[in-house]
Amino acid sequence: MTETHADYRLSQLDQLEAESIHIFREVAAEFEKPVLMFSGGKDSIVMLRLAEKAFYPAKIPFPIMQVETGLDFPEVMETRERWVSRLGVRLVVASIDDAIKNGIVVDDGKTSRNRLQIGTLLNAIEENGFTAAFGGGRRDEEKARAKERVYSHRDEFGQWDPKNQRPELWSLFNGRLHAGEHMRIFPISNWTELDVWAYIAREGIEIPSIYFAHQRRVFERDGMLMTETPLNPCREGEVAEERTVRFRTCGDISLTGCVESTASTVEEVIEEIAVARVTERGATRGDDKFSEAAMEDRKKEGYF
Amino acid sequence: MASQETNTANPSAGEQAVEMVTTNMDLLRFATAGSVDDGKSTLIGRLLLDSKSIFEDQLEAVEATSQSRGYDYTDLALLTDGLRSEREQGITIDVAYRYFATPNRKFIIADTPGHVQYTRNMVTGASTADLGLVLVDARQGLTEQSRRHAVILSLLRVPHLVLAVNKMDLVDYSQEVYEKIHAEFTQFATKLAIPDLEVIPISALKGDNVVTRSESMPWYSGPTLMHHLEHVHVASDRDLVDVRFPVQYVVRPKSDEHHDYRGYGGQVAGGVLKPGDEVVVLPSGMTSKIQAIDLFDTDLDEAYPPMSVTVRLEDDVDVSRGDMIARVKNAPKPSQDIDAMVCWMTNEPLRPRQKLAIKHTTRSARALVKDIQYRLDVNTLHRDQETKELGLNEIGRVQLRTTVPLLCDAYSKNRTTGSFILIDEATGVTVGAGMINSGN
Repeated sequence: MTETHADYRLSQLDQLEAESIHIFREVAAEFEKPVLMFSGGKDSIVMLRLAEKAFYPAKIPFPIMQVETGLDFPEVMETRERWVSRLGVRLVVASIDDAIKNGIVVDDGKTSRNRLQIGTLLNAIEENGFTAAFGGGRRDEEKARAKERVYSHRDEFGQWDPKNQRPELWSLFNGRLHAGEHMRIFPISNWTELDVWAYIAREGIEIPSIYFAHQRRVFERDGMLMTETPLNPCREGEVAEERTVRFRTCGDISLTGCVESTASTVEEVIEEIAVARVTERGATRGDDKFSEAAMEDRKKEGYF
Repeated sequence: MASQETNTANPSAGEQAVEMVTTNMDLLRFATAGSVDDGKSTLIGRLLLDSKSIFEDQLEAVEATSQSRGYDYTDLALLTDGLRSEREQGITIDVAYRYFATPNRKFIIADTPGHVQYTRNMVTGASTADLGLVLVDARQGLTEQSRRHAVILSLLRVPHLVLAVNKMDLVDYSQEVYEKIHAEFTQFATKLAIPDLEVIPISALKGDNVVTRSESMPWYSGPTLMHHLEHVHVASDRDLVDVRFPVQYVVRPKSDEHHDYRGYGGQVAGGVLKPGDEVVVLPSGMTSKIQAIDLFDTDLDEAYPPMSVTVRLEDDVDVSRGDMIARVKNAPKPSQDIDAMVCWMTNEPLRPRQKLAIKHTTRSARALVKDIQYRLDVNTLHRDQETKELGLNEIGRVQLRTTVPLLCDAYSKNRTTGSFILIDEATGVTVGAGMINSGN
């Protein structure tokens, strides 16, 4: 970026970065109480980096919030701690375990932790009075996301109404809210999985080690490779064995599958996904397999 | 995905892919338009499929749904209709954004539905587009709908337009049919502001001239659609002359390390900024010099659209969000009287004396509708001066009076400093999109 571009051309990654920084600043300027929702995955770490750039040399002017599922990967939590202390941001933790204890959500033994995140998250947004919550969702991830605006309006129940979205023109975002409502903000809407990885490579961004090839005890469930842990034991008929794997997304342990891979550097990962024939969610997300509109339905309820 | 061409056996293929995506690849945003049955979803499906941007699990899901509905073909439109109610009704309700890439360009498609809410959705999709793609059915020729779409794209100053004459397979790949539509459209386009027009005969269903050249149309010597999308030159469409830097956010670390740091964050809307440049801050009119331009921890030699940077000035002048930095002898005129084309986007009509919130660049104000001069018939370009209101999806010339001066340019000069949105103060909903004719 330091050299002069004779034709004043900006690469697509620089354009995406510029657009995302614009969105971060717009929200920080216009909303009373923003928060950055952080899952510890590659997308939310790229978001942290973009937020860091948007306000540098000042600190990020809002806290980050993680909804802990109680089934989080230890590697992800370690990475989170390093980022939080390096950036000096405030971390808000909303825990599903606490939400169950306090009767905010009900664990009936059948509902996934992913789904229990919804109530936990909405409660945390309300309790803290957050008016805007940044999320790392990308439109290329899923067909319901392809329909979502950068500023996604949520009513006082946290619901998304896909049929009644505000038109979004130029880069003029409308952040008007009524009391009790909030906005979900998606600064990396226009990024693809490959863009995120290319950015991680270019910026030398630290992400959790589970994204790279490692040895792990895994077993097959519903066509996916799942991690064997005391929190997610094998069921009858499932056999765990040691394999060389890596993760493409980062959710809770019981729902996030991994893929067999020997890619141990960012470059090798990019090489692998550049020729991948299955989407990251298709390969590794149990939560989207419940129905054709699983994501849309969760989003309407308040999922991010 | 981007690097289909990458050789996986080559150990540095990943590095090449990184290099390509990070530095060499540029971006083209385009908006699609067309009426309901002219094959738009099929075309988008074809572009995604042939650029290998559809993954196996997505294709399998679409095949399974097609099968369960008893179709004897794979309905590619299911790929693009993302919402439950859209799939139920088999129609596209809202703008969706889709992505694909070839080795040197990434594409963002604003897929706008041809249905009832066409104008509002077209305006939304076209507002950020570099190129507009209008589909016509070769059997039907130009319809009201295709003319209307071209008018809207021209009003929105989308610099490049492609007219894709689709379903050529159903007219025996007839050159006469194509020539007739071509001539008719070229004639019509002379009334519009369309700087660059390409007319391409295709069959989205059969794949003729979409990605690969058609053997059935040897008489056509122009580019395929994909070739044109890959090579159309968009870098020169920005204004690199008139410096416009709307101040978005004041960066004040107030830390020991950066005690005196005071920077102005924003996205360059026009021109090229360099350290040492003499600038004026509007609306105060105070002048200063650019001391430095920062992007994160890097000092930049210059900044140009659409870079998001932080500008520092030599003097301690009062600058806040909503102000604009420009060149001393080339600055926009602050004005409270705005003359603009407005597209109205809600059921309750726009009427004189109405009060609305307005957002222009980083500046928010209130606006009073002083007059609605005429309503534009987007089919005939007729200016109806009798009707004094604008209904849903209608476009008209409107005079506004704002509570604070806006720092504006004509939309034809700068799409960022020439555009605004109108917001209903009671509901908070975006109800109008405006393109400034002039501020005076």
